[in-house]
Amino acid sequence: MSTTVKTEVGGMEHFHTKPELNYLTNGHSIRSWLLTEDHKRIAMLYLISVSFFFLIGGLAAAGVRYELMSPAGNMMESETYNKLFTAHGAVMVFLFLLVAVPAVLGNFLIPLMIGARDLAFPRLNLLSWYLYMAAGTCIMLATLGGGVDTGWTFYTPYSSMYSNSNVSLTLLGVFLGGFSSITTGMNFIVTIHKMRAPGMTWFRLPLFIWGHYATGVIMLLGTPVVAITLLCVIFERTFQLPIYSPELGGDPVLFQHMFWFYSHPAVYIMILPAFGVISEIMTAFSRKRVFGYHMIAFSSLAIAFLGFLVWGHHMFVSSQSMYQSVIFSLLTFLLAVPSAIKVWNWTATMYKGNVVLASPMIYGIGFQGLFLVGGLTGPFLASYGNDIHLTATYFVVAHFHYVMVGGSIMGFLAGIHFWWPKMTGRLYNESVAKWNGLLVFVGFNLTFFPQFIVGWMGMPRRYHYYYFAPEFQPYHIMSTLGASFLGIGFVIPVIYMVHSLFKGERATDNPWNAHGLEWNTSSPPPTENFRYKVIVTDDVYDYDPVAEHENDMQLAGGKA
Amino acid sequence: MSHAAHGDEFNVLKFQYEDMDQQNDSYIVGMWTFLVTEVMFFGMLFLTYSLYRANYQNDWFTAHEQLDWKLGGINTANLLFSSFLMATAVRQAQLKDRKGVLLRLAGVLACAFGFLVIKYVEYSGKYEHHLFPGPGFAPDVTHFHGANLDHVQLFFGLYFAMTGLHGVHVLVGILVIGALGLMWFKGKKIVTEDYVPTELVGLYWHFVDIVWIFLYPLFYLMPNPSVGSGGGNH
Repeated sequence: MSTTVKTEVGGMEHFHTKPELNYLTNGHSIRSWLLTEDHKRIAMLYLISVSFFFLIGGLAAAGVRYELMSPAGNMMESETYNKLFTAHGAVMVFLFLLVAVPAVLGNFLIPLMIGARDLAFPRLNLLSWYLYMAAGTCIMLATLGGGVDTGWTFYTPYSSMYSNSNVSLTLLGVFLGGFSSITTGMNFIVTIHKMRAPGMTWFRLPLFIWGHYATGVIMLLGTPVVAITLLCVIFERTFQLPIYSPELGGDPVLFQHMFWFYSHPAVYIMILPAFGVISEIMTAFSRKRVFGYHMIAFSSLAIAFLGFLVWGHHMFVSSQSMYQSVIFSLLTFLLAVPSAIKVWNWTATMYKGNVVLASPMIYGIGFQGLFLVGGLTGPFLASYGNDIHLTATYFVVAHFHYVMVGGSIMGFLAGIHFWWPKMTGRLYNESVAKWNGLLVFVGFNLTFFPQFIVGWMGMPRRYHYYYFAPEFQPYHIMSTLGASFLGIGFVIPVIYMVHSLFKGERATDNPWNAHGLEWNTSSPPPTENFRYKVIVTDDVYDYDPVAEHENDMQLAGGKA
Repeated sequence: MSHAAHGDEFNVLKFQYEDMDQQNDSYIVGMWTFLVTEVMFFGMLFLTYSLYRANYQNDWFTAHEQLDWKLGGINTANLLFSSFLMATAVRQAQLKDRKGVLLRLAGVLACAFGFLVIKYVEYSGKYEHHLFPGPGFAPDVTHFHGANLDHVQLFFGLYFAMTGLHGVHVLVGILVIGALGLMWFKGKKIVTEDYVPTELVGLYWHFVDIVWIFLYPLFYLMPNPSVGSGGGNH
């Protein structure tokens, strides 16, 4: 394996002889965790908290699914159901998807991958976690103390004038979460610009970094807009300050424009970091330089840019002008190009590579399958005429779950499996992980594929009954069954990951024989990330197929 | 990185940076990215303003006559002057002139307080005339020459939202400038050794100033849409 660093510091002779402190053993008090400025510890704090909120969001989803088993809607009232799907949406979007990959994996890996000791602003990083926890607290209080019934989109004038539920508190939570996101994005942008090690040029950056750079741009440009938009709803509710009030001649559809101006790009905040994860995994387990490095890097930026021009496709059935909708429709089709470039390039990376089906790769390939279906159903909805038929049906629900759950969560799981040995210094049970990857993939498809069909047939979203069409029931039962598998598939990793912390085999510095600076430091890394001065001399993903062959044989034998 | 300089830098150089250049560059890029988010933050309100003003030009023109362009003008001059003082404070920080910096920062603070006092006078005037939107909105109809009062209420909604948000920024500015001044007063090395922290606060203050430069003509200096080139009737 070719080296990407030169070492030039004395003290290396001690390196293997005495156990040195790593970031996990450097301080054991609760204070050393809650007031840490170490990006790796903050990433772990995020990992624990996003997992908790994922559980809450998942429980709400389970309630929704079990209710839909029967067409009559006999488990709960409409109002309860509304609050349940709102809780599911708001928690999953604002407290899990927008945060999971960037704040856990991005936080942990960006400094390691570019050869820095920490992010540019460590205290800001800690502040972003506290803002996130404050956001979580507000949303939890609002949800448990009566609930919110507006849906996660908070459309006016329902949210600003009519809803009697805890809208303001939830919006306050989302507002705070927005600032958490902004501070994270700022940190990423500045770090990637200014903290790269000598020799780490822009085109030696791992694609994970490019993905997070594009994510940072969206966080910075989009989040403030939705923050002030939602703040205006809070003002309107609490001080009767008219901003969107239709009764005074205000424009409630303006809210939708502002909301989607952020919330469409926000989909890319969820998926771009996952793209970065998959780029790393595809190249590492094909043991081959990634195909079309520059195109993948630029396609991330293209997605970030085009993502800001397509929000109107959420509003084809609002008061938006027909001509405007046609333009938004065309721009949306354009967005398929950079996404497709990525999928083609990953496939081409695997082609003639020495593909190793380790557990991260199983999740990675699963990601590709699910994202492909999610992506290809996008054009159905981007078509103006077609979308009018499909708006607010389960087809839309299935589409965005394929992209957001299939894409973002599979990417998150793939990344966690890939970097777990680096993050914790432990190896989990590889074969259980592989089988679980399969279970998640099958469970996911069983949950959401029937929703495409039932949505096409006309099942509206956000309905808690469908007695008018009992023929939809088999699809809903399939979906609920799949969701149960999916739920199990999300619980099992928690078990074997936690188990590995106590009983797992110790990981070597580079258990996957992957390339990249993060694999050149110890597992887990020391607080200062590298015990030597980092100088990058080699190209990124410098895999040599011939030299790798021997490693592959070893890895295939299950022993790293 | 020069190792000789490292000893002097030890107090102010943070763990994660290699040298002062990297640290200062990071601070400045960070500040500018923050200002980008601020532009987007206010941008949404400016867009809302543009849309509603385009829709209700005549009613909004009538509504804007309730604002006192003289008070607004004094505040504009006030903020422009404070920005000038801030720019010279940064210059004095480069020259490591502690007294000069303190004097100028005190001037900036005085201007900022003055701005808020005038704003308070304006706000309480609007409140007394029942121009604050909501249930208490009950203006004297004779002042509005038959304008649609709903649209007038929208105008005041945005007026309070936008100038209020700007006022919050002025308040934050006072806190930040106060903290910076305190550090200069105590002679903390982090500000006295390097001008960049002062520069960062300066950038923020100029941004607050610029927002007002847009707010003032938009709210106080509307052209009459029914005469001249101020915009035709549709």
